[in-house]
Amino acid sequence: MEKEQDKIINEVTSGEYKYGFYTDIDIDTIPKGLNEDVIKLISAKKQEPKWMLEFRLKAYKTWQSKKMPEWAHLTIPEINYQDIVYYAAPKQKARLNSLDEIDPELLDTFNKLGIPLEEQKRLTGVAVDAVMDSVSVKTTFKETLAEQGIIFCSFSEAVREHPDLVKKYMGTVVPYTDNYFAALNSAVFSDGSFCYIPKGVRCPMELSTYFRINAAHTGQFERTLIMAEDDSYVSYLEGCTAPRRDENQLHAAIVEIIAEKNAEVKYSTVQNWYPGDKKGKGGVYNFVTKRGICRGENSKISWTQVETGSAITWKYPSCILRGDNSSGEFYSVAVTNNHQQADTGTKMIHTGKNTKSIIVSKGISAGESQNSYRGLVKVLKNASNARNFSQCDSLLLGDKCGAHTFPSVEVDNQTGIVEHEATTSKIGEDQIFYCNQRGISTENAVGLIVNGYAKEVLNKLPMEFAVEAQKLLQISLEGSVG
Amino acid sequence: MLQIENLKVEIEGKEILKGISLSVKKGEIHAIMGPNGSGKSTLAMVLAGKDFGNITEGRITYMGRNLLEMAAEDRSKEGIFLGFQYPIEIPGVSMVNFMKTALNEHRKYRGEEPLSSSDFLKLMREKKELVKIESGLTNRSVNEGFSGGEKKRNEIFQMAMLEPKLAILDETDSGLDIDALKVVANGVNELKTSENATIVITHYQRLLDYIIPDVVHVLYDGKIVKTGGKELAIELEKKGYDWIKKDVDVVNYG
Repeated sequence: MEKEQDKIINEVTSGEYKYGFYTDIDIDTIPKGLNEDVIKLISAKKQEPKWMLEFRLKAYKTWQSKKMPEWAHLTIPEINYQDIVYYAAPKQKARLNSLDEIDPELLDTFNKLGIPLEEQKRLTGVAVDAVMDSVSVKTTFKETLAEQGIIFCSFSEAVREHPDLVKKYMGTVVPYTDNYFAALNSAVFSDGSFCYIPKGVRCPMELSTYFRINAAHTGQFERTLIMAEDDSYVSYLEGCTAPRRDENQLHAAIVEIIAEKNAEVKYSTVQNWYPGDKKGKGGVYNFVTKRGICRGENSKISWTQVETGSAITWKYPSCILRGDNSSGEFYSVAVTNNHQQADTGTKMIHTGKNTKSIIVSKGISAGESQNSYRGLVKVLKNASNARNFSQCDSLLLGDKCGAHTFPSVEVDNQTGIVEHEATTSKIGEDQIFYCNQRGISTENAVGLIVNGYAKEVLNKLPMEFAVEAQKLLQISLEGSVG
Repeated sequence: MLQIENLKVEIEGKEILKGISLSVKKGEIHAIMGPNGSGKSTLAMVLAGKDFGNITEGRITYMGRNLLEMAAEDRSKEGIFLGFQYPIEIPGVSMVNFMKTALNEHRKYRGEEPLSSSDFLKLMREKKELVKIESGLTNRSVNEGFSGGEKKRNEIFQMAMLEPKLAILDETDSGLDIDALKVVANGVNELKTSENATIVITHYQRLLDYIIPDVVHVLYDGKIVKTGGKELAIELEKKGYDWIKKDVDVVNYG
């Protein structure tokens, strides 16, 4: 049995990262380092109004006064913030024919990632905002969506074209004072997506943003803001990849969601940042603040995430349930392999009456990785009849990895019902042998078993995404069982 | 089809199989009987390719190839099927998905295209009828929450789907009531052809009322101590295993 275990560990290596290529393209970049001048430079490059620069500078001051959070179950090497490039934009060749023309090199890059940007080639059901490094390269179906009053554009464009909306909502869910990384993001954020769904509109297609880090030594700091007015609905998808590099790259994003009365927002992520190599060298640090507020009655926000990438993940998509009868959901599959570390979970803050939340977290750990679930369910004094159900499962492959759960419950209203279930299981040699005996290879058996385990969450993803996610789970764990 | 020569297997330093020799030809049904702990299941697992214990001596030839050099999944694809004594549960994986994956791996191995979903479902319906398995079973996760009898019937269903050349049924009868036993036996008989072979491993004679073996072996203390026709099973049922034990122990330690 000992030998068997060693074999398992030794073979936790062959998982190949498919998106590790680099696009050699001219980039417009600024020198490394972070100070007020750099922030002014970023703001100038984006031709921002003065209020935006002021917001950034205030955030920067706040960041300087804050300390890096150390409560997570993570070992984070010291980050030299002066050694990072805070702005890098692919240089587009002269635009000759139309305003919408994109550099073929960039088109190619996104094609390789499986994200064609020509509208006629897209599946008609998905609109994409493609972001490379610090800028949005192209947003598809903008005009089609505009016909219904939906605004879907890059964040920079929103600042220019819809300043009132941005001013009104930016920072209302995640203020720059929220935490260290939120402050950093607010100071230096580059691009991201902006979605506005007007009253009574059901968004006719999935909106999505694809984030790509390309340039070396560069951090990506994007902001996404989704605003759903009364009686509206939108489903939003986020995907991300980065080249394979020996250095660590920082990604510190903010996502804010606001759901008004009867509005529903579904936010799905398939996160596939470069996880580093099998020895733990390189990879993206993913330190992200995602939060939604159910502001209106009967509103609903649902987070679904499949996390397979990044060297270190620090991420807690959360819901503030302020509207009466509002509900929040968090469905998560987090896979860690080799030397990856993940500390992820959610916060459900019940402040309205009759609010409901569901948490389903599935951790899968392999190799020498560490995978933690951290959650908070908080029921405030006036939140009568709040309900929460949490389920946190961990699956271990091999015996050198770790799975941890840190659930926390604070209930200040006696009418609340909070339930928590947790399980830890090991992928069984018996299960694998049973599959083998039916002719299924060990690789495929692990894929099958893991996908079965994560099914509850994968089922929540939009169809095309679910298929991708299934494949991704299998690839991430390739070779993890002997 | 299958030749086992002087097979010796050690698990954690203890010799479990102490020199087994056995030959199975196509078209035959062999029964291996024996008391608990005699090594029956170990033999089944070794044939199926479970990586446990040490094979210290002997050889196994299957269809002219050295079986011990083949990976478990290749043995399956070459036609060896093990009906598990304790079928394994795989939560969240539907029987349909599981069986489709298995069947398509078999087809790929033979250089055939994967079955389309509709053809697959049609095949599944046919086989379900053949082994008289309830429809609902295949909509559930692999063996999850199945009763003992359902699990065993599910094994026979999988066997029907994969159409093995050599089926090894490890105590498929244990824990079954008489009706379930008949269903299982009926499935085995229906699938029997002159081209395939079956090894039925059992503790009790009663399964052999429904599956008529050509050869009966008695395994005791890691060795085959008696081989005979189907009448051996009846004699065994009458006299009990003590009869065999006495005989063997006299020879060994007498």
